[in-house]
Amino acid sequence: MTPSTFSTALTEFKKQVDWVGLRFYSEKASRQVVRNENLEYHGSSHDQGIMIEVMIDGHVGYAATSDLTPEGLKAAFNKAKTFSTQASGFKAAAFTQEQRPSSRGQFQSPYLHRLDALTTEELIRILLKASQSLKVSEKIVCREASAWLTQTEIYYLSSSGAEWSQNFNLVNTHFLATAQDSKDTQTRSTGNSLQSGAEALRKENLLENCEVTGQEAMELLEAANCPTGTMDLLLAPDQMHLQIHESIGHPLELDRILGDERNYAGWSFVKPENFGHLQYGSPLLNVVFDPQESGQLASYAFDDVGNPATREYLIKDGQLLRGLGGLESQKRLGISGVANQRSSSWNRAPIDRMANINLVPGDKSLEDMISSTEKGLLMKTNRSWSIDDYRNKFQFGCQYGQLIEDGKLGATVKNPNYRGITLPFWKSLKAVGSPKTYENHGSPYCGKGEPNQVIRVAHSSPYCLFSNIEVFGGES
Amino acid sequence: MNSREIFNFVADGLFQELSSDESLNISFRGEDTDFVRWTQAQVRQNTSVLQMEISFELHKAGRRVLKSWSVQGSPEWDLIQARQQLQAARQEIAVLPVDPYLVPFENKGTSEAVFHGRLLEGEKLIAAIATPSKGYDLAGLYAGGTIYVGNRNSKGQNHWFANETFFMDYSLYNGANAAKACYAGFEWVQNDFESSLKRTAEQLQVMEKPRKKLSPGKYRVYLAPAAVAELSGMFGWGALSYRSLKTGGSAFKKLFEKERELSSHFSLSENFDLGLMPRFNEIGELAPVQMDLIRNGKLEQLLVSARSAKEYGVPNNYANASESPRALEIAPGTLSEENILKKIGTGLYLSNLHYLNWSDLQNARVTGMTRYACLWVENGEIVAPIEDMRFDVSLYDILGEGLEAVTEFQEVDPSVDTYDRRSLGGKKIPGFLIKNFSLTL
Repeated sequence: MTPSTFSTALTEFKKQVDWVGLRFYSEKASRQVVRNENLEYHGSSHDQGIMIEVMIDGHVGYAATSDLTPEGLKAAFNKAKTFSTQASGFKAAAFTQEQRPSSRGQFQSPYLHRLDALTTEELIRILLKASQSLKVSEKIVCREASAWLTQTEIYYLSSSGAEWSQNFNLVNTHFLATAQDSKDTQTRSTGNSLQSGAEALRKENLLENCEVTGQEAMELLEAANCPTGTMDLLLAPDQMHLQIHESIGHPLELDRILGDERNYAGWSFVKPENFGHLQYGSPLLNVVFDPQESGQLASYAFDDVGNPATREYLIKDGQLLRGLGGLESQKRLGISGVANQRSSSWNRAPIDRMANINLVPGDKSLEDMISSTEKGLLMKTNRSWSIDDYRNKFQFGCQYGQLIEDGKLGATVKNPNYRGITLPFWKSLKAVGSPKTYENHGSPYCGKGEPNQVIRVAHSSPYCLFSNIEVFGGES
Repeated sequence: MNSREIFNFVADGLFQELSSDESLNISFRGEDTDFVRWTQAQVRQNTSVLQMEISFELHKAGRRVLKSWSVQGSPEWDLIQARQQLQAARQEIAVLPVDPYLVPFENKGTSEAVFHGRLLEGEKLIAAIATPSKGYDLAGLYAGGTIYVGNRNSKGQNHWFANETFFMDYSLYNGANAAKACYAGFEWVQNDFESSLKRTAEQLQVMEKPRKKLSPGKYRVYLAPAAVAELSGMFGWGALSYRSLKTGGSAFKKLFEKERELSSHFSLSENFDLGLMPRFNEIGELAPVQMDLIRNGKLEQLLVSARSAKEYGVPNNYANASESPRALEIAPGTLSEENILKKIGTGLYLSNLHYLNWSDLQNARVTGMTRYACLWVENGEIVAPIEDMRFDVSLYDILGEGLEAVTEFQEVDPSVDTYDRRSLGGKKIPGFLIKNFSLTL
């Protein structure tokens, strides 16, 4: 397929509907998994297709096809036109071409070395060495090292003059060690998801990190259970990632607030009138939507309807300012939002999604936060997550905990969990780490929508300290 | 050419290309689906999807490579793409280490199952949902169309499965009160959908009383089949997988080692008689039509794939590669529908659960939320809906000593997952009466 094929199709289609857009999507991915020093999986995929969206009497309807012949495109267009004509009489909202901007431009993920510069041999060699490094003891019964490398190309063309393309290089790595003895089993993992080139897998400290991961799994095997009680909680960035995602990202999605998502992921405790007024957290809480931060997993120049993406404050000094909604939700609610109407692939319609939602660093060093804590816990790396359909009552578990006593880090504890309610929790934020403690963490697995869509998100955060949180461990 | 003919054309073309030291397993997955997303009983988004994908696994000299790609539907073009994929696979396989757990392909037979449906299309479909829903605040998803699954290998194996089904997964709202239902099948019967709507609306009416706020503590609860189905989803997160057991990821390790046990009221099996799922797995092995996994609280067997069987030296029971249940059935018991409230006495009727996750995997402890029509019952009478509560319970407790009774009726819970593609399958599930169910927040 070439741009001229789409251009020809567009010329034919645009005479028949009020507006039409074509979104071509091609994704090449490879995945390798090494378990216990054996190559368990080596595979690759090439997924491609086109989404045709039409506007008829203010209703936007969609048809997607993997048949990229001119006849295939025409059949999909006719399906979209016929079905959407019928649906327009029962539409939930009316839109105009203002919800489909005439954007033009390109985006390219940052990289030093192309992803395909990594040969199969080099990649497998790295993963085999990582698996060996995870094996710090015979008690590490499962050592898993995996890489998932993705190259995605999106090309968009519309009857109102939009023409843009985006190329993404995505790297997901995961390294896991499970330690087991006659009494217990404990797992520790590391890895990341980001936009990068081959350099992400050639980092000098990769094997060292794997060894530490294995050692910490062994530590957990010998550790006491996390205590039960109410105390200060210091969360590492790789748990803040999940905390931000579930209790800030999702409740601020405007399509949830509108009720579109009620039958699946749920509603939200946030009301439209809360924007500009609600004190969401302590004055130390500052959160931005930032698709422009280079290298994060969900960085882009345009969302999937072509809205140019810009950095916006969602929460400033603890006050809720703006929601996560694209141009359609903004029109329906009459409030401002962000460029986040995104699709998981060519075969799904764009809906309001998170992208890079980041917590702005403060001024405390990690040592400051530990030394200021009389009785508390440090928790690292999410392993369990659950929150209600309004995004109030949550319970999260981590892989690794450490006691903090009289301003000092103490013994390692296993099975650390905590629970709370969103607004009181964020209001208990009492210290925010400095840029030196700031880390980026991404995830390719955010699920939402009907039909279901899994999408890439990222959340950067420093270490953060919360007061008086209910914590508990596993069964003895 | 139709989907099956395209698949056969590409498969035959690739088989002809193979050298004597190569073998190939090839699969097809396609669908032609109409999705309609509803909010406030109006159409939010309609999306029609035609997608086809072919994948293969190439074996040579004790090594394997997997490939998949989107199919256009033009046989000659698709065969050219397939040949390019085969060439790429050959280049990669030459540099891979030997796979010690490689399972050579065999001819595991031939099967064909094609189920035609009677679905509504276009204008009729939208009006059929919108007209009776008028006046309700309805949110949900209609999905309908044909799903195709094929599998062949170079040893002669040949399976084909197609079914034409629909589901209307929806919920009704009155402010924050909600009730949930799913109308699904092979044939859209307007009266059946309208009856479903009416029943759900009646359930919603029960929710109109002021909500009761509960304190954390232990309660007797009745989990309706939809709630048990949600709970049983946890069995697919490694609990019943032999490989997960060996790699530290099974919640039923203590059950396997007989350190803990479950109630004699609890029996769990794979039952492909449900007809919602092909019996063949990714490499074409046919699972037994029925297979007990847990019988009267005792673990009979875990799910074992061919690869795990080779790695761990245990019998293969033809599980899929992820060793997760595909046609799960929980056996019924003796509790009749009319006795449910009486047996609750004072406690909770929970219609649905939400967002479950392991809170302590090694002890099979699960946390999650109540959702939709959850009701406070006193002396066998429904008193009020409850404010949603978080629970944190061990399966060893609630499916062990805590499991007081299982209903004599079961409900089919069709899979409504649509990540990447419409899923197949479903479960057949009864309701559970459980004592000492721990609510925490």
